[in-house]
Amino acid sequence: METIVNAFPYLMEGLQVTLYIFAIAIVFGFLIGLVVALFRLAPLKILNWIAKIFVDAIRGTPFIVQLFFIYFGLNSLAFISLDNTTAGIVTVAINAGAYFSEIIRAGIQSIDKGQTEAARSLGLNSTQNMRYIILPQAFRRMLPTITNQAIISLKDTSLLSVIGVADLTQEGRIQASATFDAFNVYLILGIIYFVIIYLLSMLASFVERKFVLR
Amino acid sequence: MTMIRVENLKKSFGNLEVIKDMSTVVEEKEVICVIGPSGSGKSTFLRCLNRLEEITGGHVYIEGVDITDPKVDINKIRQDVGMVFQQFNLFPHKSVLENVILAPMKVKKSDRKASEKKAYELLDKVGLREKAKAYPGELSGGQKQRVAIARALAMDPKIMLFDEPTSALDPEMVGDVLDVMKQLAHEGMTMVVVTHEMGFAAEMGDRVLFIDGGYIVEENVPKELFGNPQHERTKAFLSKVL
Repeated sequence: METIVNAFPYLMEGLQVTLYIFAIAIVFGFLIGLVVALFRLAPLKILNWIAKIFVDAIRGTPFIVQLFFIYFGLNSLAFISLDNTTAGIVTVAINAGAYFSEIIRAGIQSIDKGQTEAARSLGLNSTQNMRYIILPQAFRRMLPTITNQAIISLKDTSLLSVIGVADLTQEGRIQASATFDAFNVYLILGIIYFVIIYLLSMLASFVERKFVLR
Repeated sequence: MTMIRVENLKKSFGNLEVIKDMSTVVEEKEVICVIGPSGSGKSTFLRCLNRLEEITGGHVYIEGVDITDPKVDINKIRQDVGMVFQQFNLFPHKSVLENVILAPMKVKKSDRKASEKKAYELLDKVGLREKAKAYPGELSGGQKQRVAIARALAMDPKIMLFDEPTSALDPEMVGDVLDVMKQLAHEGMTMVVVTHEMGFAAEMGDRVLFIDGGYIVEENVPKELFGNPQHERTKAFLSKVL
């Protein structure tokens, strides 16, 4: 019990780092996903290909390899210098972005084409149609899948401990060896992740109920 | 004044030639009803008039502007050409009022107050003022279609296109929608109506176009077209539907 009490403040510091990384990465990941999805659906073939290659490359490689490539690989180039937290954020954002883009693409495509026809017949241009008609409806439909991917990305941040980011998992590892109480430290670590993810799902279902499609 | 001029219109989907060669003219305040068997190309014809379908060949002039010209600002043209769909296509995430004010506010940049005032007038006209705050999912088919008409009218179009507006409705709802369309016609709206309602075509049409096999087979005042059809295909079609 005492070891846990002593370790807890360190774990909370790690949690802050985890949440900070997650918050930034998920916002950028979403923006990347949106842009890639629009590329994927754009009338220009070259944009489709760029989007497809990006998604295939991310989906076809393990997260940890992407992380090593960005942190060690890119940093070995003379003109790039990323600290480990930045490299971690970039990796999570890009990784989530690829998966988000597929979710967003499917969401957009699931909206009946009559919606676009009605909007365009009223004189809305394609950007206005996306913004006011398609995306608001698509997002409501995508929300459960987006939540799912966000949870996966949150868990992926634990891998950043491998490159020395002082996140929740890294603090847990340090405390586990410092206290010689690996059982309890990792148990608490798991409970903290569980609680955070549980709260995240509750927030998501609250948002879902609030924006239920009528 | 000529509102719509169609010259040698052609439209293919891949190898399928849906519109082979159609030409016609719609004058201001005319009500044109388009009839014909399903698959004849009548909906495609209508959808070419606001370029919802990319036109394969020929020309369509709306108020003298050739909309097949790639340089033309089609969004500008579409503001003058309202369209009503068989499946209503209301925006389900927006209330009735929001459906009606969306395009005036976003496209014409009208302010909210003026847009809402206009929207309420139009909802009055279609008999649905009390549904302004309702969502499309809460409306019957007939009510949805009347909202869709109000939404199209909110842009002050000079032409209204109707694509089988009553085909997806329960029979008892059809009358309400047709009444609104009749009122519009009486007010002098230029209308092109693809319809299976032969009664409406006969009563309201200034001219009726019979389309079959990608051609306008016959085009006449309803009394003549229905009473004295000239072509075999028109006769065969009318004998089945009348």
